[in-house]
Amino acid sequence: MSKRRSDWQNRPQERFVRWMREGYLALDEAIEDSVLQPGEAPPEVDPELAAQHQEAALQHRHDRDLALDRLAQYDLYAWTLTKGRRLIGRLHVLLSLLLGGMIIFFLLGTVAHMPRFGAADVPANNEVITRYIEQGLAETGATNMVAGMILDYRAFDTLGESTVLFIAACAVLILLRIDLDDKGQPTQQLIAEESDDRHYEPKNDRILQGTAILLTPILLLFGLYVILNGHLSPGGGFSGGAIVSSGLILYLNAFGFKKAGRFFSYKTFQWVSFGALGFYGVAKAYSFYCGANGLESHIPLGTPGAILSGGLIMPLNIAVGLVVACTMYIFYALFRKGGL
Amino acid sequence: MLQALYENIEQTVAVILFGIGFVILLLQRNLIRKIIGLNIMSTATYLFLASMGYIHGRKAPIVVDGVTQAIHYINPVPTGLVLTGIVVSVSFTGMMLALTVRLYRRYRTLDIDQIALMARQEEVE
Amino acid sequence: MNFVNLALLGMLVVCALAVSFTKNLLTSLIVYMAYSLIMAVIWMLLESPDLAITEAAVGAGITSVLFFVTLKKIHALQGDRDHEQAQK
Repeated sequence: MSKRRSDWQNRPQERFVRWMREGYLALDEAIEDSVLQPGEAPPEVDPELAAQHQEAALQHRHDRDLALDRLAQYDLYAWTLTKGRRLIGRLHVLLSLLLGGMIIFFLLGTVAHMPRFGAADVPANNEVITRYIEQGLAETGATNMVAGMILDYRAFDTLGESTVLFIAACAVLILLRIDLDDKGQPTQQLIAEESDDRHYEPKNDRILQGTAILLTPILLLFGLYVILNGHLSPGGGFSGGAIVSSGLILYLNAFGFKKAGRFFSYKTFQWVSFGALGFYGVAKAYSFYCGANGLESHIPLGTPGAILSGGLIMPLNIAVGLVVACTMYIFYALFRKGGL
Repeated sequence: MLQALYENIEQTVAVILFGIGFVILLLQRNLIRKIIGLNIMSTATYLFLASMGYIHGRKAPIVVDGVTQAIHYINPVPTGLVLTGIVVSVSFTGMMLALTVRLYRRYRTLDIDQIALMARQEEVE
Repeated sequence: MNFVNLALLGMLVVCALAVSFTKNLLTSLIVYMAYSLIMAVIWMLLESPDLAITEAAVGAGITSVLFFVTLKKIHALQGDRDHEQAQK
């Protein structure tokens, strides 16, 4: 009978339940103790001594629990390193592949029933698109319909998107920034980061600097072209801002933070981002206040195809480009050494 | 079915890429590879969306010579949506990389299992 | 045209698989960069030049730069060199 009972107790499920319950048992003991404690103490015992004893007992129990916990942790750790690792690893790989395969399979089943690729009569190609294309040039003045769409008809999307980018930059700033100390001197951590940063890099590399002198103006010019021409040709604020920031990053890489800091500091980032986002919000608010879609807003649309056309689209592109360029540059600077 | 899949080859590849990215996300223990897998997943979604807007024989939606009939241009809406998506994916990539750098500074490893184990041990102590 | 399209899509899948199967982190990053550039070409073929220019500038440019700086921060780029020095 006893053998049977121990067999039953040693079943894997039972052991698992006991393993799970261990935390609760300790909790039960503690509750029991706290209930039994008052009233049982004999009156002749010195209260200080009793308190000491109780403290020692508590300490002992805490130590024991800690040791047990560590033991369980260690057992689990050893198991995961040997047998369990292989078992669970294989199971994990198998189940992941199965899940991925099932996702692919079911989505392929959906794709097979989608309308044919490139057909003109798909449901996505409805009257909204016709309206955008046929009235877009007259209403927004932009030759590039995508720019006209994202910066005029659906401009609030783009405002939200710029805000997401700005918030991401703020989050990275919080996560990675290393501050100067109270007197404005670099702290020990900053110096360590700096030396770590330059460890395998030559300082003042001639080839890199020559290339940067040649390429940075071209990159900045091309980025400005893409931003300013966003309503006429492919491109716009996002791609242009990214190109401008890649030019700035190249300059920073070649000449170091000291020279780049002359024209770009935290103040610049704050004011440019604030100014661009604020201008965007005010401009769009005015446009929507004046009746958003095709009503008179006193903003001349200009001749389609000329550089000064498209009403608000070019200033908005410039604002978005500024936000993107600043954000990308500050991403890089923060990752590089935790500050500007 | 295979014929239909071949006709929609862009969308088929997009779905396969989505699955590959998902499996990378599940199976790789390295945090950097996980982030790359997530990026592959998002790019696959963009490919799917952009392929919905394509129409055979039509041109990109940039007005040339004042022609504004709808039958000459492809659908511009998916392009606008994907443009938004690309920028958002860049910002979340930057954010996750910053978190990775912080985790590395604290635990000196990129293996997600080891990081989880060390975090548990810290909690016990 | 069709052949080019198929080849590009096939290369996309190959790149996505190669990201997972390469040993070195730097290699997988460069493969991911190639993936982004192929994606830009595919968007050009899908008649979306706005997407192509954005992906080439943002996906292949800025994202890769961020990844590289992260690799530098976590000392993955100099791993081999440290190893050599330890062996000496």
